[in-house]
Amino acid sequence: MRFVIPLAVFLGLAVMLGLGLQRDPRALESALLQQPVPVFDLPVLQGPEGARLTPQALQGQVWLLNVWASWCAPCRQELPILVEMSRKDGVALYGLNYKDQPAKAQALLRVAGNPYVASAVDADGRVGMDFGIHAVPETFVIDAQGRVRYRHLGPVTPEVWNDKLMPVVRAVQ
Amino acid sequence: MKPWSLALCAALLSPGVFAAQDLELEAREAALAARLRCVVCQNQTVAESQAPIAKDMRKEIAVQLAQGRSDAEVVAFFEQRYGSFVRYAPPWKPSTWVLWCAPFVVLLGGLLLLWRTLRRRHQSVARPGLSPQERARAQAWLENRQDTPTPEDRP
Repeated sequence: MRFVIPLAVFLGLAVMLGLGLQRDPRALESALLQQPVPVFDLPVLQGPEGARLTPQALQGQVWLLNVWASWCAPCRQELPILVEMSRKDGVALYGLNYKDQPAKAQALLRVAGNPYVASAVDADGRVGMDFGIHAVPETFVIDAQGRVRYRHLGPVTPEVWNDKLMPVVRAVQ
Repeated sequence: MKPWSLALCAALLSPGVFAAQDLELEAREAALAARLRCVVCQNQTVAESQAPIAKDMRKEIAVQLAQGRSDAEVVAFFEQRYGSFVRYAPPWKPSTWVLWCAPFVVLLGGLLLLWRTLRRRHQSVARPGLSPQERARAQAWLENRQDTPTPEDRP
């Protein structure tokens, strides 16, 4: 009987600390979930002179926003996957080129392939801050009403695309 | 006073006024940066961190303060974007009640345990007092002991 209480306390602590170790402290829910997508009006990376991208123009369709940069190694790795997956599922994928140099970003897209319908240039990262970006890459799913429905942290793999992003896209379509 | 002398006074005073305002804004900026968490290096404040995003956040704090926003408005700006996690001291709300209360609950539990243990020890040490007969016997023995030399008293 003497040992029951210390043992229970020990087991309780062990379980709690064990669970704490399993959790990824970076996997935070976006504060933007179910909120309207932040307003921005930015020039696009490739396209006709003076072309701009705003989320308001995309109302009425489900779209993905992928935040990327040429200086970010995981972004370079996910580009071919994004090309393949967005083509396979026919999803409108837009880019937010975060704190990058346009020349370098364009060069990367030429080499690795361009998965984006258009990519907005966020040179100083101010729009990225409105999206609550922690670290690139991040991918948002935005519904037809212009609300953020999902945010994925880190590179998109085929598994992430098929098991996390697409179910959300299909659910809100 | 002539108008030109007034203008001269104003010209001489204004840099000082601006400098004082700048100092005040800088102090508020530093205080705010120390209250916000760098979202990349999570155990550092925005003031401590050298991460690019922390630099951006410090810049944004300075811009917003210069625009005349209050400290609370600046914190709300970041909280809306990064969630309440961005506040280095977690806010008091249902999901953080356990976090805030746990240390005090543990302290209270420890004090209770200490009190119980001390009381138990005290009870086990304190015996019932001597009965009148025992007291008389002890008294007699003590008096007797003073009269007769004990082995230690002998040379």
